[in-house]
Amino acid sequence: MADVKLNNIKKSYGNVNILHGIDLDIKHGEFVVLVGASGCGKSTLLRLIAGLDEITEGELQIGSELVNDLPPAKRGVAMVFQSYALYPHMNVLKNMSYGLKIAGKDKAFIRKKVQQAAKTLHIDHLLERLPRELSGGQRQRVAIGRAIVRDPKVFLFDEPLSNLDAALRVQTRVEIGKLHQELGATIIYVTHDQTEAMTLGDKIVVMNQGRVEQCGTPLELYQHPITEFVAGFIGSPKMNFIAAKVQSIEADHLVLRLSNGAITKAFVDVTSCNLDDDVTLGIRPENLSEDSDLGERISASVSLVEQLGEASYLYLTLSDATEMVMRTSGESTTTIGETIDISFNAESAHVFNADGLALKRHRAGNTKSPAELARLKAIA
Amino acid sequence: MNFALPMKHNRGKALVTHAVLMTYTLIALFPIFVVIINSFKTRKAIFNDPLALPTPETFSLVGFEEVLLRSEFGLFFSNSLIVSVVSIFFVLLFGAMIAWALTEYSFKGNMLIGILVAMGIMIPIRLGTVSILDLMSSLHLVNTLWALILVYIAQGLPLAVYILSEFIKQVPKELKEAARCDGVGEIKIFFTIIVPLIRPAMATVAVFTMIPIWNDLWFPLILAPSDGNQTITLGVQQFIGQYVTDWNSVLASLTLAIVPVLILYIIFSRQLIRGLTSGAVK
Repeated sequence: MADVKLNNIKKSYGNVNILHGIDLDIKHGEFVVLVGASGCGKSTLLRLIAGLDEITEGELQIGSELVNDLPPAKRGVAMVFQSYALYPHMNVLKNMSYGLKIAGKDKAFIRKKVQQAAKTLHIDHLLERLPRELSGGQRQRVAIGRAIVRDPKVFLFDEPLSNLDAALRVQTRVEIGKLHQELGATIIYVTHDQTEAMTLGDKIVVMNQGRVEQCGTPLELYQHPITEFVAGFIGSPKMNFIAAKVQSIEADHLVLRLSNGAITKAFVDVTSCNLDDDVTLGIRPENLSEDSDLGERISASVSLVEQLGEASYLYLTLSDATEMVMRTSGESTTTIGETIDISFNAESAHVFNADGLALKRHRAGNTKSPAELARLKAIA
Repeated sequence: MNFALPMKHNRGKALVTHAVLMTYTLIALFPIFVVIINSFKTRKAIFNDPLALPTPETFSLVGFEEVLLRSEFGLFFSNSLIVSVVSIFFVLLFGAMIAWALTEYSFKGNMLIGILVAMGIMIPIRLGTVSILDLMSSLHLVNTLWALILVYIAQGLPLAVYILSEFIKQVPKELKEAARCDGVGEIKIFFTIIVPLIRPAMATVAVFTMIPIWNDLWFPLILAPSDGNQTITLGVQQFIGQYVTDWNSVLASLTLAIVPVLILYIIFSRQLIRGLTSGAVK
């Protein structure tokens, strides 16, 4: 079993603190995605786990062994780099087998391992080629293959898809997902792409300025972001934020007066609220509607329309100049300059207090993963 | 040939560039050309018309006969070859190792060594000739090829370190890290990852190092002038007398001395061109 435990991990370069004490508990076989804006320390954290940088403070355990002072190869981890980092002067076979050769494994064993990995990744016909003779997607597979042959306890991926074009990225993303099912290995995956994070991760760790902002399943993060940062980071286009004041406090909901004067309800935990508190209302673009009246109405003028085909994004401006985005049907005929009434369901509203912390939502939607749902259905 | 450029004014520019380069090439090649044609002529023909090509009447191999049969040319030649090859080998080996150490690891004195190496490029080694001779005589190395080899290694290292450092810096960090993840030791990373990748740069350094060593007269004259240890440039001097100079032999031995440099150049030239343009052209 290869659980990965991070206990108050800190990293600083000189006087500059990059990571301010990271605690994480990763179970064997889990697919954990580290996301965050660039410079948030997610790649640094991965490099610390890999052993490429020294941990300044804290404890790192892999499979219940303290590995702080072990070199990368002894930690039982394998890393796949963003730039693939294939040895340019070695062919695919040598690239994949080099680590095993260094480890002193015998030739027959190496051959078997490489063949097996190459087959899994559909690159068995490329073994004699040099990296420069391969396409981006193929190089990516070789890089993954090089990691697989070493039978690592933990796979580390550092933005592996960011050098691929859009179509290939989707395809490879699906393949990495399948690979995880097949190998059942622990994977730690760094990305700044939230679609990758949502689709691949069993667990997502959102990082911000060297701290873990929130850690949870994809839908937990989507439905119950605990801070304004996470709410803005997960979901695309990002959540709309509207400044508001608490007008009245009811048993199970708040009544808010928005900055443009509109009055709306929000079903959130009210225990920590006071009248006239400054709060922020958060509402996702996909929860807004222009056609049907979902209860809470706002009037806004359209400043830009993006037609994507299956949907259109309307960029809206409220009377107090607050900017908003909404996702509407691709059939919408709303155009620039019109003033429309949009509405949302009070249950889909998020509310954040003045410190940017979320008030717990009462009636959030599904947070269960496909696997959990399947299990529940099987029981029923 | 890159004459077929699409735009008209580009072609004009290319023509001017090529004209300048051609002129320079002609000027550079002319003395070599004169040496080679005259080495195949009789002594009289050399003096009558130094610029004429050898004709059936003036053609003569007397110089080559003299050099190859009646002098110790073979010995001079092999001395030069040993000194050059051994020096180049160690310049490349130590140069790459120093460059790797200076660029990859931060340690105390890293900066100081870097500055010393840079000073080695700026200050000609010949300024230290007296101390070098002193040192060599204390080490009982005077009149051995080792004296030359040691001096040439010292002479070649600074530039080698400088050029190779630049190339080693360009090797992506991820490659070394990938190797470290693969469990490859630092020395193995150097020999199996870094060295193969900077081969073009090493070829460049090899040529830049070889030419001054092969052509050097100064140190052979001072450090190893005795009969058994003369290099080719020094050996040629025996044909140049105070009153009579055996031009046939001088020109013939110079012609022969060009050959190994030429061979080396041809071997390295493919690598060399890649080395000089790598980075600029991807």
